[in-house]
Amino acid sequence: MQEQLINRAKELLADGTVVRVLGWRRGDMDYNPEVAYFNSADELSDFVYNGFCGANLSKYMIEASKLEGKTLVFLKPCDTYSFNQLLTEHRVDRDKAYIIGVGCRGKLDIEKIKAKGITGITAITGGPDQIKVSTIYGDHDIDCKDVRLERCHVCKGKEHRVFDEVIGESVDTRDADRMAGVEAIEAMSPAEKFAFFQAELSKCIRCNACRNVCPACSCRKCVFDSTKFDSAQKANTTSFEEKMFHIIRAFHVAGRCTDCGECSRVCPQGIPLHLFNRKFIKDINELYGDYQAGESADQRAPLVNYTFEDAEPGIVSERGSK
Amino acid sequence: MPVNEKTGEFTPKIVAFCCNWCSYAGADLAGSSRLAYPAEVKIIRVPCSCRVNPMFILRAFEKGADGVIICGCHPGDCHYSTGNYYARRRMTLLFSMLDYLGVESGRTRVEWVSAAEGVKFSTTMNEFAAKIHELGPNVRLEDLRCKNN
Repeated sequence: MQEQLINRAKELLADGTVVRVLGWRRGDMDYNPEVAYFNSADELSDFVYNGFCGANLSKYMIEASKLEGKTLVFLKPCDTYSFNQLLTEHRVDRDKAYIIGVGCRGKLDIEKIKAKGITGITAITGGPDQIKVSTIYGDHDIDCKDVRLERCHVCKGKEHRVFDEVIGESVDTRDADRMAGVEAIEAMSPAEKFAFFQAELSKCIRCNACRNVCPACSCRKCVFDSTKFDSAQKANTTSFEEKMFHIIRAFHVAGRCTDCGECSRVCPQGIPLHLFNRKFIKDINELYGDYQAGESADQRAPLVNYTFEDAEPGIVSERGSK
Repeated sequence: MPVNEKTGEFTPKIVAFCCNWCSYAGADLAGSSRLAYPAEVKIIRVPCSCRVNPMFILRAFEKGADGVIICGCHPGDCHYSTGNYYARRRMTLLFSMLDYLGVESGRTRVEWVSAAEGVKFSTTMNEFAAKIHELGPNVRLEDLRCKNN
């Protein structure tokens, strides 16, 4: 599969269809490939595509759309939702992108592998269903099903929503209820809910990784960079003060979040940030009809698509603190 | 916690965002009709209910408000035709999120009050203040960095 992608990229570079390739480059370890531009066929020798290529490349297309010439971009099925959403918002230029839909059989979470007590990893080989983790203490065979990213358990399906060509087979890896986590919190009492979020959000170090990676957070100027936004600029007085950052960020992407799960993937503290976004998605689906951001490029955003008969805000207390 | 100096009782801070065209005029009518509503309610006049940025609500809570109520024209009656429709969807989602975070849903409310509904304005504010008295001070969304005292 990786060879196939490299060969096709070389062909497209050679015949002048594209002038650069946006993909994943080998990192310092087998489990941390990084996003990179490749400008020539030689540079493509560093190109990788494996179970750890979870990074969603859609957001990088915003910058690539401003460059001369076409960019070849590899998108997994769930990444195409983000690309579609950015198209809807006129943030990317479809004519500047040559999209190869790459097959995806679920991406892996290195943190889940490490959580199995595996340390001193030297190499990871194999795939797509079984991987072999070599460590300085010996080898481990791991079933990929057990170490998938959270978002792969609620896979949106194997279809690419926007592409020029597709290479490789995809598999729908869905094996969990997407809203189960949200429902579990909704069932708690206000005090329990608060305790849960306090415990999770107290871990936040405000590194802004979730904002920086989020394809929906694509404003040129971000409110959190403003010096006038004072809860972001002063030192913490309690450990729970980053809650506002997360509430505001979740609200800013409400109705535009495709639930790509990048925020939770990149969080260095392991905060389940998708729980915020999914709450909004759940409410939108329940109150205003099923909506999947990025499913097609001509949808109206739910926050502006009002009707006279919309539910009244009082519905929140009528439904009660379940 | 704000306390009444004479009685030592909890006196909540309640912020009411009222739209200029309907609810603010409704409050005015309540006043000229000699209808009482609690002095704990601080009215902030906004041009339209959709002028209320979700940030205003979070900011009010951050700075120590115990309850926030938004009043606007009835759906269909907006001075700008569609403002309150936007507000309605936004506030529904925001309030639902606050409820999800453990802020009791009784602390937030949206009510449509027309310029002719002085009685409704006064009963709504009395009801809402009673609810906040029952819930007690808001400590969950306070941000100590935003406090003046």
